[in-house]
Amino acid sequence: MIPALVVFTYLGVVLYIGIFASRRFDQGSAEGYFLAGRSLGPAVFLLSLFGTNMTAFTILGSAGHAFSNGIVTFGLMASSSALIIPLTLFLIGTRMWALGKRHGFITPVQMFRDRWECGHIGTLIFALQAALLLPYIIIAVMGGGTTLNAVSGGVVPYWLGGAVVAVVVMSYVFFGGMRGTAWVNTFQTVLFLVFGTAALLLVGSSIGGYSQAMERLLDSEVTAALLTREQVSPRFFLSYTFIPLSTIVFPHIIIFCFTARRMVQFKKTVIYYPLCIMAIWLPCVFLGVAANAMLDVPDIAAKLDARALLASGSTFSAGMAAELQQAAAGDDVIILMLEHYAPLWMAGLLGAGIMAAVMASDSQILALSTMFTQDVFAFYGGTRRFGERVQVQTGRLFVVLIAALAYGIALRASSSIFNLAVQYAFSGYAALFPLLVGALFWKGSTKWGALAVTVWTTATVGAVALFQALVPATPPGTAVSYWTVAGVDLITRTPGGTDVLGFMPVVPMTIVSALLMVVVSSLTPRPSEATLGRYF
Amino acid sequence: MKNWLLALAVVALYVLHQDIWFWDTARPMVFGFLPVGLFYHAVYSVAVAVLMGVLVSYAWPAALEREVEGDASDSGGGRS
Repeated sequence: MIPALVVFTYLGVVLYIGIFASRRFDQGSAEGYFLAGRSLGPAVFLLSLFGTNMTAFTILGSAGHAFSNGIVTFGLMASSSALIIPLTLFLIGTRMWALGKRHGFITPVQMFRDRWECGHIGTLIFALQAALLLPYIIIAVMGGGTTLNAVSGGVVPYWLGGAVVAVVVMSYVFFGGMRGTAWVNTFQTVLFLVFGTAALLLVGSSIGGYSQAMERLLDSEVTAALLTREQVSPRFFLSYTFIPLSTIVFPHIIIFCFTARRMVQFKKTVIYYPLCIMAIWLPCVFLGVAANAMLDVPDIAAKLDARALLASGSTFSAGMAAELQQAAAGDDVIILMLEHYAPLWMAGLLGAGIMAAVMASDSQILALSTMFTQDVFAFYGGTRRFGERVQVQTGRLFVVLIAALAYGIALRASSSIFNLAVQYAFSGYAALFPLLVGALFWKGSTKWGALAVTVWTTATVGAVALFQALVPATPPGTAVSYWTVAGVDLITRTPGGTDVLGFMPVVPMTIVSALLMVVVSSLTPRPSEATLGRYF
Repeated sequence: MKNWLLALAVVALYVLHQDIWFWDTARPMVFGFLPVGLFYHAVYSVAVAVLMGVLVSYAWPAALEREVEGDASDSGGGRS
């Protein structure tokens, strides 16, 4: 029960931080509630922006991915993000901040509407962004239910755990708005940093250092491959550099860019962001890989047995194969290692760290609420008729509704569906990247180009989701081609997803999206010179 | 520093992410336990931080900053 007590203490602390923050701003001001009055200082801006972008996947999923796929996980997801995310913050985040400050924008859609002189196309962009964001919130509620159930030894049922997480997140977002969310995210980021390093040191000291574990992995042909990248192709590796383009397009990230008090606050964020990524991801990935050598942990040994069975070449029924894949999955390897090697107090910290990870949905909830009140309520006359105070109250009501909706869906749906939806969301947001580039850097971009990008993204996200729903994943180590032209495999189903010409779908989605922006904009009339004069 | 030189540095770092030279090998194990491919990408992350420092020093959109912060100070520091 000690881990459960630590976790509940943690929940109490974040609740207090969020509610305490509510005393620090004008309750009736939209900018005060949704953007912390554009007044966040440098440390909170860096840590909170980083924390906003960290999800449950960062700690648990990265270790699990590394457990199954090896060191390639770091290059695929961490070092590619270390380059692309700060670069986009530098090039796009600073410009968005300046536009927000100059024109009073609170959401990206407000900027798109103004920049391209459009109304309903902006609403369409809002709808797509909201649809791609919702799965994250649902996954977080599910993760909260599962985690509280696990750390309490089953005393707290899944439905209650999910409800507790939904209510805590909803409460501090409801009361604290952006300032409360930013402070909680800062606290969580510090916890992430402590957790990863502590886990690495504790496990390392318990097993007498990592050198022997690594040598054991090198001794076996199967596990030696985990210490190289021979299991993935360079094209697949290259594809992953497109995924971090999605980050700056996420509404909660752009909205967060508006919160900085001064533009200079981006400087430290841009410089330290790659180091923060390394500090959190390197221990998690390394521990995930090292777990393959820890055969004295019974649950890890069982996972390795399941993986060996899958790779044995035997034929399994679809149900049996799914069960084996579930048994071999490594999302809980860090938990298992710490349970085995670390003292009890560490298990408490572990629980709090995991809760911090699964509760990263706060920014998305606030972003959805902000977008709804600005892009729908205010745009269609709500603020004009009822005033700014009612707009803030509407935003708060929306926070409650989103949390309740996410909880309702989390109780009924399978988590695997939403895990997949989150994968599609990354590709979808990356394909929307040309919207920002076009709006900020190209006078010739038009609302029709923006519409083409939005429709293309919607269609391709839907097509990939449909294809993967209809065509089952292939067994590990195999791939089946579904569309071949002149001997070239155009579309291939793989164990982890779909390949297009050997690349992940995000590559053609983003490239075609950019081409559509260029071609359609070139054929359609630009906004007025007066509008362009305010941007260039 | 010339902007084209900075752009070239960014492109070079993007290319260096695709380190095919360490693709199939785990050795040498740096510090005795870190596969060279993982070590490379950890160092790569530090190199990115250095590049970002250079970008911030030499390509910071100072004109934009002056323009907007001038506006903000003129209007009393913004709407809130």
